[in-house]
Amino acid sequence: MGWLNVYAAVYSPEDHTSLFDLSTNAGKQLMWIGTTVILIICILVINHTFFDTFAFVFYGFMILMLILVLFIGSNINGSRSWFKFGSFTIQPAEFAKVATALALAKYLDVPGINLTKQKDLLYIAGIIVLPCILILASNETGSTLVFASFAIMLYREGLPGWIPAVGLSAAALFILALVFSKLYIFLGIVVLLLLVILLMPRYNRTLPNLLGIGLVGLMMMGYVAGVDFFVNNVLQKHQRNRIKVLVDPTIDPLGVGWNVTQAKIAIGSGRLQGKGFLEGTQTKFDFVPEQSTDFIFCTIGEEHGFIGSFIVVALFIALLARIVILAEKQRTKFARVYGYCVAGIIFFHVMVNIGMTIGLMPVIGIPLPFFSYGGSSLWSFSILLFIFLKLDSRRAGAMWR
Amino acid sequence: MLENRKWVIIGLFCIVGLTYLARLFYLQVLDDTYSLGASKNSIKRVVEIPYRGQIYDRNNQLIVYNTPVYDLYVTPKQVRIPDTAAFCRMMAITPSDFDSIMGLAKNYSPVKPSLFLRQLSKEDFARIQDALVDYRGFEPVISSMRTYPAHTMANALGYVSEISKKQLENQDITYYRQGDYIGHNGLEQQYEEQLRGKRGVKFMMQNVRGVNKGSWKNGEFDTLAVAGQNLITGIDVEVQKYADSLMQNKVGAVLAVEPSSGEILVSVSAPTYDPNLLSSRFFSKNYRALIKNPYKPLINRPVMASYRPGSTFKLIQALIAQQQGSLFTNTVYGHGGSPMRCHCHGGNNLRGAVQNSCNPYFYYVFRKFLYFNGEHNTFKASAIGLRQWHDMAEKFGIGGRLGVDLPSELKGNLPTPEYYDKAYHGALRWKFSNVYSLSIGEGELLISPLKLVNLAATIANRGWYITPHYIKGFGKAGVGLPAEYNEHHETGIDYKYYLPVIDGMRGAVAHGTVTPLANIEGIDLCGKTGTSQNSKYGHKYDHSIFIGFAPMNNPKIAVAVFVENAGWGGKAAASVAALVAERYLKRKTEALKLDAQVKASNYLPPAQFLPGAKKPVAPKKDTTQKTPAAKPLMTATKSNPIVVPAVSGN
Repeated sequence: MGWLNVYAAVYSPEDHTSLFDLSTNAGKQLMWIGTTVILIICILVINHTFFDTFAFVFYGFMILMLILVLFIGSNINGSRSWFKFGSFTIQPAEFAKVATALALAKYLDVPGINLTKQKDLLYIAGIIVLPCILILASNETGSTLVFASFAIMLYREGLPGWIPAVGLSAAALFILALVFSKLYIFLGIVVLLLLVILLMPRYNRTLPNLLGIGLVGLMMMGYVAGVDFFVNNVLQKHQRNRIKVLVDPTIDPLGVGWNVTQAKIAIGSGRLQGKGFLEGTQTKFDFVPEQSTDFIFCTIGEEHGFIGSFIVVALFIALLARIVILAEKQRTKFARVYGYCVAGIIFFHVMVNIGMTIGLMPVIGIPLPFFSYGGSSLWSFSILLFIFLKLDSRRAGAMWR
Repeated sequence: MLENRKWVIIGLFCIVGLTYLARLFYLQVLDDTYSLGASKNSIKRVVEIPYRGQIYDRNNQLIVYNTPVYDLYVTPKQVRIPDTAAFCRMMAITPSDFDSIMGLAKNYSPVKPSLFLRQLSKEDFARIQDALVDYRGFEPVISSMRTYPAHTMANALGYVSEISKKQLENQDITYYRQGDYIGHNGLEQQYEEQLRGKRGVKFMMQNVRGVNKGSWKNGEFDTLAVAGQNLITGIDVEVQKYADSLMQNKVGAVLAVEPSSGEILVSVSAPTYDPNLLSSRFFSKNYRALIKNPYKPLINRPVMASYRPGSTFKLIQALIAQQQGSLFTNTVYGHGGSPMRCHCHGGNNLRGAVQNSCNPYFYYVFRKFLYFNGEHNTFKASAIGLRQWHDMAEKFGIGGRLGVDLPSELKGNLPTPEYYDKAYHGALRWKFSNVYSLSIGEGELLISPLKLVNLAATIANRGWYITPHYIKGFGKAGVGLPAEYNEHHETGIDYKYYLPVIDGMRGAVAHGTVTPLANIEGIDLCGKTGTSQNSKYGHKYDHSIFIGFAPMNNPKIAVAVFVENAGWGGKAAASVAALVAERYLKRKTEALKLDAQVKASNYLPPAQFLPGAKKPVAPKKDTTQKTPAAKPLMTATKSNPIVVPAVSGN
């Protein structure tokens, strides 16, 4: 199958670099790969109806785990989100994504569910938000944000257009509010709304409509003001710093901006062809922090240069496109929804992870699928992908028959 | 309709992917600041400092060499000291010293080695070496220290110490870095480039904490250090040391050169100091003491002191007047009509006048010299004559710097007509009667001992000189000798005019102005005394000067001696010169009576006359004793705080 090839091809660079980067991590990673293969075989052997039938059971189990981890998990870097077995640790939040995806698919599979209906929408929101709150409680902001990726699936399944529109404009305003001073943005909003009124057909310029537009404008202004307050008073210090670094990467290159500056130096020093396999000085000598987990992309950028990073990015895009196309071919809604969930999750990870190493995204500690060191993420991505594969194989099998 | 949304989603994926690729292309291919940042990050230049060249004398005796000393480095993170008190006792430091050094080191870096103790002598190191095994985290690094086995010639040699801030900023090509050692003054500075050798550079990879991770690209770009070249000098250390002992309790200079080659044999600046004082850990303390010494031992008097040459200058007067044609060997002048006092009986011819240093005689010689041109206006004639006088005297190398291989030579003064025009506010406002004191080497003349020894050598050579120099070669005699030190400088005076002057000089020693004891048998010394007026403290404190050479025929050594405040030139200076010449020619001293007399005499000026001194302080003489007898290891740290240097290879 094309899948396996993509998987293997994408996977191999991590294997080698990690092996030489940090021998202990590389060794562990090999073990993880071994167990992953067993998992994959299990998934492929199990009947596909298993996932269908037990989707909610998985979901319930994961919620239980997330609650449990709050009490008996071990504390790593200030977040209580890991189960510790000997020297190995497992992060249930990673698997919550899979369970949530299955649960969502199962829920949407029920005929008659319509996303335009407010009641269904609320249920779905509940399914998504419940694990979010639990993960947030264990202080893993990065993993929480991943759940936003379900928006892609929901969009495909007929989410009313205004919801992503509001989300996008909120995000845009958020960034604008950080970069420019409030006054300019207020002016911009007023000018924009006046333009909208000007372009409106004359017969639409009724008082309620104008009032509504004015209200929208006021809400936007309020939101912008709120962003300021939010960034300065609600966010934790390290989160605020990450956002500040994104806006102005040159502040404090030795402190707050260290990660991003060093990551950019490492990637930039790869030039067109890279320094050659294992020749990277920046990543090998610990200038880039977390170089085998969150900043793994730096290794690729430095050692394989632009060509290497081009191939990686292209492979990811190809993988995502293929998942989307395959998802469209699914007969059952369950499989299609699930496929879109997979695509959304992987896309979000790739976008944020690579984006932060090249200074386009704030630093959020989420791994790069199939590359980063770490058993939990490898397992969860494999499970995610191969459940979909299993579902897809049924389709292929049925067609063949 | 919902089906179409998949294209929106795929489109979104592609847009994000393309944005990232564009950004990557910019970062990796277009913008090279990042790759430069990377090499700055991870590749470290480690500098290897080569051994500095040693300095030898003409007989292959060592004057300066490098003693291995041990700098003790500490890596705070690895330190395991079972018993701090015992450790401090072994290192002879106090626990509070220990704490402060360790604190500094930890501050600098817990994993990089920093300096714990500097310049431990071999003996100290041997004492602690065995015990050091028990204490982890300490690592001795061998380095070197300048050592002066002859304990002499401090001023001419200069010293080696850390580069100053100003020097660091003023380098043309950036070679030195903070904390590097560099030659200061003297030969160490003059031949810095040859002595220091060439530094090697190794490129090492390091991780984010600065810990070494092996050489970069297998040392492809490394350069090896090249050891400094050994400097062979023309100094005769044995005679030098003897001259030092003669100049004890005196202020002045002794210079001797080999006339045929211009090599400097002896270069004494009195009072002097033991050069080892400035190479030890106690540099700053010792340096401050020397600076405060009222007799100014740090001045290198052979080239930096300027004296009026006194009667020794009459030799030049006699030579150029003969060449001009205004003086003949049989010319006789009496004392009558001269404003100068004289102690001889008068009526001398040229030989007698040199022998007895007759002042009126040279008054008339100079007068005739200035007016020996068809000009009847005495003002104009004086100007023309003085111009001619200046040009002829200049050929003896006394107008400007001679060009000795020391960085600190002073120019001196040989007055020109313009000089007097300026002094008298206009041309033709002065004449012979204003400048006649030049005739006996007084007045506005200023000459260093170096130039006078060169004059002695010129006369010894009967007409030419080679610029005096210390260097004899690098590694081997003659190798790397600057071309100017092979060049003969002609004086423009005919050979025959030297002979009567030399006769007079011999006469001066044999039965003239020189004290009889100084006419040492068998060396055939020829010379001219001088008494440079020094009215500051009354004539009792005139400077005593003597220049001469020996033996009379085929001279081997030319000497110039200045003894400040010693009065009449025929005694103090001539005695020293005679003894130095004897020691050089015979390799032993037979004139024991003179030897004892010179060593016993003390011409140190009364210290209350000296600026900045309340009590007379005995000057630091060169001694043969070692630097501070008991040496506690840490005494230097107070004046010489341990500053943690950047790691440099060794």
